[in-house]
Amino acid sequence: MFRKEYLVALQTITFKEVKRFTRIWVQTLLPSIITTSLYFLIFGTLIGSRIGQMKGYDYMEFIVPGLILMAVISNAYSNVVSSFYGSKFQHNIEEMLVAPMPGWVILAGYISGGVMRGLIVGVLVTIVSLFFTDLRIAHPVMMVVVFLLTGVLFSCAGFINAVYAKSFDDISIVPTFVLTPLIYLGGVFYSIDMLPMFWQTVSLLNPVLYMIDVFRYSILGTSDIPLVYGFSVIALFITALLVISLRLLSKGIGIRD
Amino acid sequence: MNALEIKNLKKTYKNGFTAVKGIDLDVKKGDFFALLGANGAGKSTTIGIIASLVNKTSGSVKVFGHNLDEDPDAVKRSIGLVPQEFNFNQFENVFDIVVSQAGYYGIPRKKALERAEICLKQLEIWDKRNEPSRELSGGMKRRLMIARALVHEPALLILDEPTAGVDIEIRRSMWAFFKKINEAGTTIILTTHYLEEAESLCKHIAIINKGEVIENTDMKGLLQKADEEVFVLSLENTPNEVPIILGCDIAVIDETTWQVSVLKETGIHALFIELNRLSIKVTGVRNESNRLEQLFMKLLSNKEEQ
Repeated sequence: MFRKEYLVALQTITFKEVKRFTRIWVQTLLPSIITTSLYFLIFGTLIGSRIGQMKGYDYMEFIVPGLILMAVISNAYSNVVSSFYGSKFQHNIEEMLVAPMPGWVILAGYISGGVMRGLIVGVLVTIVSLFFTDLRIAHPVMMVVVFLLTGVLFSCAGFINAVYAKSFDDISIVPTFVLTPLIYLGGVFYSIDMLPMFWQTVSLLNPVLYMIDVFRYSILGTSDIPLVYGFSVIALFITALLVISLRLLSKGIGIRD
Repeated sequence: MNALEIKNLKKTYKNGFTAVKGIDLDVKKGDFFALLGANGAGKSTTIGIIASLVNKTSGSVKVFGHNLDEDPDAVKRSIGLVPQEFNFNQFENVFDIVVSQAGYYGIPRKKALERAEICLKQLEIWDKRNEPSRELSGGMKRRLMIARALVHEPALLILDEPTAGVDIEIRRSMWAFFKKINEAGTTIILTTHYLEEAESLCKHIAIINKGEVIENTDMKGLLQKADEEVFVLSLENTPNEVPIILGCDIAVIDETTWQVSVLKETGIHALFIELNRLSIKVTGVRNESNRLEQLFMKLLSNKEEQ
């Protein structure tokens, strides 16, 4: 049941989360801008000029969507995993657990925070990309939708990681050993058409590939995979991760004794 | 209506340890209730279950008639919890912590700002409102947790060792504050290791030992069970031999200090009459330990023997 009080609680968590990452913007917003600028400079301008065109676009133009989405993914994920684990570590998660709000409000609050950070970083990185290439967005509404859906998906993933994490090491294992390889092998820097058939098939098991492909379509108007597949995979993963997150919260796993 | 009704509450942790073994407890509305027990007795687990921080294994908890299983929101709205450990975000400032807590309870921001100001002023930390919480002293951190627990105006305040680690001056001022809000109608449940605190503040008392309630009575009734009291006497002159006084047991601490256990039926008056008769002049007297402390230790040791 939805109550007006829940909306206030949701706004409070979101406001607190946004305040948290903007207060430490040097640690949260700036690194992605610097890293992505280096990617633009090295892979796009220096190496890219020697690679030539990919799927009919300059290499720089081709990699921009993937790099923007990479920033959204890593920021949405790391915002929720670090903030929620930090709350567990300092026990201030108890402030929320004793309050009359259901688990979904807590989850929605943290997801909103993750999406907001992903969105802000995504917009900043998009602005930076304009210094390197003449970016024309083919489907702006779709671009925003993919921004949001990707933010929600990886915020959920970050939440699940934080629930199970027992130390600060645990919150860096998944980004390092799972997330980064999935992003790099998800077609940020290449089209899967370039791969041998076997590796093309293997690549199709990577969910990040679909997100980057749909996002690339929203900006460039071209994709490797039919859009319906891309959106279906995103919807499937969001649903699965939301169900898992809500179940963890209702059972109190990792947060209640 | 009772503020709290606990029936056959049990908690067994995943590692197999049973912290609470079927507790029954009623706390009347408006009461100031002490929940005492040694470390690991099950107090904090019980409080954790009431406050929804710990999942119970079985049993029922009702707060002002609301069942925790059926209407957890109503239970949570009725409770303010001051936990044992500091559990606020060390990087947030004092005001934001209290305002956010009000927001979690669904209090609109404008109202939350007003209530946070009132609570911080009541607890005398308003001038620290813009400071990061980690920079507060131990006493101020305790007061911040009390302000945070009161921001949604709970009818039942649970204080889990609220004065641990604070100096006596602040402790006394906190006692006065607790008394004031209790008189204003807030039911309070207190756990503490300072038995003097429980004796001074509480009307009713329950003692938990190894997950079971071994005593549940009113404070006056319990204190009447004390059969002896221990005093430390400072003497101006001491006799060559320690006198034998009926109903009293005298132990010499040093040449001008005695520790005297006086049976309740003998009374301190009889002791002084006898000392006066023996021309032993007493210059000072103090309680070695309070009566509740003696009873507490006795109850626990009786339980151990059983």
